[in-house]
Amino acid sequence: MTEGKMISVTIEGRAVQVPEGTSMLEAAKVAGVLIPHYCYHPGLPVAGVCRMCLVEVEKSAKLAPACATSVAEGQVIHVHSDPARVARQGVLEMLLINHPLDCPICDQSGECELQDYTFAEGRKDSRYREAKRFNPVEDFGGDVVYVPNRCILCTRCVRFMEDVAHDPVLNVSERGDRAVIGKFEGQDLTHPWAGNVVELCPVGALLSKDFLNKARSWDLDRSASICPNCTQGCNTALESRDNVVVRMRPRPNEDVNKYFLCDEGRLNYRWLNRRDRVEFPHIRRGDALAPAGWDEAVEAAAAALRGRRVHVVASPSLSNEVLFQLAQVIARLGGTGVFRVRQGPEAPLDGVPGLSLRADRAANVRGAELLGFRRTETPLAGLANGDALLVADEELAGADAASLAAAAATAAAVVVIGTTLPSWAMRAAVMLPIANMAEEEGTFTNVEGRVQRYLQAKAAPGLARPGYAAMGDLLTALGDQTVNVVPSDVFRALAAAHAPFGGMTYEGLGLRGATVSAQAQPAALAAAT
Amino acid sequence: MGFPQKSHPRETTVLSKHFGDPDARTLAGWRNRGGYRALEQTLAMEPAAIVQMVKESGLRGRGGAGFPTGVKWSFMKPGDGKPHYLCCNADESEPGTFKDREIMRWTPHALVEGCAIGAYAIGAETAYVYIRGEFTEPLERMTEAVREAYAEGILGRNALGSGKRIDVYVHKGAGAYICGEETALMNSLEGRRGNPRIKPPFPATAGVFGQPTTINNVETLVAVPHIINNGAEWYKAMCLGNAKSTGTKLYSVCGNVRRPGNYEVVMGFPFKEFLYDLCGGPPAGRRFKAIIPGGSSVPIQTIAEAEATVMDYEGFVACGTMLGSGGVICIDDAQCMVKQIARLARFYAHESCAQCTQCREGTAWTTKIMERIEAGQGTAGDLDTLLDIADNMTAKTICVLSDSCAVPVVSGIQKFRDEFEAHIVQHRCPFRPATAAAVAA
Repeated sequence: MTEGKMISVTIEGRAVQVPEGTSMLEAAKVAGVLIPHYCYHPGLPVAGVCRMCLVEVEKSAKLAPACATSVAEGQVIHVHSDPARVARQGVLEMLLINHPLDCPICDQSGECELQDYTFAEGRKDSRYREAKRFNPVEDFGGDVVYVPNRCILCTRCVRFMEDVAHDPVLNVSERGDRAVIGKFEGQDLTHPWAGNVVELCPVGALLSKDFLNKARSWDLDRSASICPNCTQGCNTALESRDNVVVRMRPRPNEDVNKYFLCDEGRLNYRWLNRRDRVEFPHIRRGDALAPAGWDEAVEAAAAALRGRRVHVVASPSLSNEVLFQLAQVIARLGGTGVFRVRQGPEAPLDGVPGLSLRADRAANVRGAELLGFRRTETPLAGLANGDALLVADEELAGADAASLAAAAATAAAVVVIGTTLPSWAMRAAVMLPIANMAEEEGTFTNVEGRVQRYLQAKAAPGLARPGYAAMGDLLTALGDQTVNVVPSDVFRALAAAHAPFGGMTYEGLGLRGATVSAQAQPAALAAAT
Repeated sequence: MGFPQKSHPRETTVLSKHFGDPDARTLAGWRNRGGYRALEQTLAMEPAAIVQMVKESGLRGRGGAGFPTGVKWSFMKPGDGKPHYLCCNADESEPGTFKDREIMRWTPHALVEGCAIGAYAIGAETAYVYIRGEFTEPLERMTEAVREAYAEGILGRNALGSGKRIDVYVHKGAGAYICGEETALMNSLEGRRGNPRIKPPFPATAGVFGQPTTINNVETLVAVPHIINNGAEWYKAMCLGNAKSTGTKLYSVCGNVRRPGNYEVVMGFPFKEFLYDLCGGPPAGRRFKAIIPGGSSVPIQTIAEAEATVMDYEGFVACGTMLGSGGVICIDDAQCMVKQIARLARFYAHESCAQCTQCREGTAWTTKIMERIEAGQGTAGDLDTLLDIADNMTAKTICVLSDSCAVPVVSGIQKFRDEFEAHIVQHRCPFRPATAAAVAA
């Protein structure tokens, strides 16, 4: 940004300096002025076709498309002058003449740029008296359905598939007002990142089948989050209604995922709404697990662990904070910590180097490694006779009954911290129910070592508590003198104890994150054995 | 000559001298008529000297914009390390224009020679001739001429033994009006959808395949060998007063006129004499009502305006229109202007590439209103709406197709408002026989 010449321009009376080659539209952002636009998107090549961003430039005969025009020294640009405003009003009227005006049944309603700008600046009525063009709804394959009557032909979707996904499935078919977005013969939107066209579409023309008719946008609560489905750590917005997550969308972060999110990540949110959650702490009474209060359960867990080496099987989808607290338990009692990672096929987004659906399908593999946990395919193998087994948010899916029985026989005590109660966990001495990632806040460390915060999106069921709170109490019960039961405190302790995180603060991470040093080495677990 | 009419004595036939002469199509026949002497001469010259000569001749682009050709060529900087390209725009898609078609049908070698000289002058080794998809015969003639020129060593890696490489490729379009727009033509040539590109960058910076490119009209390029052979002064002298417009211009005359065809006259010729003497005036019993002098995209003139016009770039502008491509469309007093303009609007609506909102929606909307007025369904507010839509369509889009659709509508309403109002008031087209029901009412 700093190299090269700086250009001074005045936009809506505000003087700004921007690097040479900056578009008027981006320069206006620097000046704090929004120039209305449709076809322009910072993650796509410039098309300059919607003509919505026409602005008046003093001493220039024609209005200039702000997205496609670089600023020049000394320019005075007007966004809200009469000529620019009238031009936008003309574009809006033209965009609406063939539009069905079906906002009441349109999924995009409430988050539609056509709606927004029309409310802001459009005519109060249309002068169009002729028949409207009609084209039938088309299934584009994948998660995408196309409603051509609402389409404004901004071509963002076409450009995404061609220039970012490098899988040119979409095109503009036909000419004039018969033009529609078309698919090339025999092809579908099956690219692993194709669902982004739904987000890129500024109107209700490209819709997600998954979200179709599910909620009105104004009924949704939105929280900044991180996609929990692989190690890439794409920034997301978790959207919920009535305490149910109904949609996960990409949230821009230039350093991680730009503006994009893969389809697998986008659609894999239903597990956040599981109904088979454990809502109360449980303690073994005779042959069965029985509900108990938190104080009693935490004390029972501490009693089961106290004086024993501990073998921790942790989920690599737990936050850095909870993994750090588990490591502290191991440090107090001695023992080992392992995790395993579900695998899936890699799916890179070709147009964005470094952005890919990663093979490791868990959010915090790098964090678990840096905090000293060992990756393994056989998480129960390290369990020694007489050890306590502490299983943290790991269902051990796929482990065979014999090895589970053997582990239960080997372990002196089984403590389960988690969201669900799989059948093997019925043997546990104590079960502490915790929130899933949508119900708490915390941080993940992504594959590139970026530590990123996610915020709470909904409430946890019953008496389930955030993992950091449950672990904080357990550590206190085990004799830890520092009381760390809020995530910022836990993170402070983590940053103080682990060099790769040195200097970071929870607040300082903000919503962009910070990166651990490139030479970061995994910590040694269980210094005090 | 006024092909297919006999040449008129007041014509100045330079480019059209051999129209209708089949022998001029062959390489041997063309050489007998002095062909390729200019190319031989230029290959011994410095490219800069050729550009200078064309500059001095005053030759301006014949495709419509009238930009000085020599100046355009001088934008191509020699020694920039990039391949240069020459594009010949033989798309000739402007309604009412059919001069390039005749040039390619009868004198294809003239265009091959013009392309070769142009390419050499701008430092290009490759010239592309982009021929309109509907032009089957011109395509055959050009392909054959290029084949002959290669066989005789006129083109190729050692053009005319000069040691210089000049390749000419003939490319067939697929039949889209918009591919006559220079950047849409380049996209089409590259195998993309023929959508105009945003300028800047201009073709001289990034044209065909992203490389510096000059694009010239057929008529412009075929004029160049004559300038080389006869000198810039000779060309400059072909003008009747206004030194800014020089040389001869081919006009394609069509519509309600007695002798339609191609006429070549010197710049500055009086339009009135052109229309009545050369072209024979309107059909018997009719009078001219309106003239569209430069292809369908220029403002319509009333006959009174046309009769006062001097035929050169500045002369047409002074009388409220443009020389454009030289496609003269004559409209007599038996024609309904609303119907004519509605037909033009329909053409533009059909041909809009659909990129820009105002063009995609505006051309179609304009067409629907125009056709509704013609059908007798117009309302009082329609004319104001049409003018406002036209305003939204003017100077706001990537290319000028949208402006071209607005132009006949605006000039038509300005100059023939009474006809529009008659349609609206009478609820029918006054130029059509009244129906029995309407008479009874």
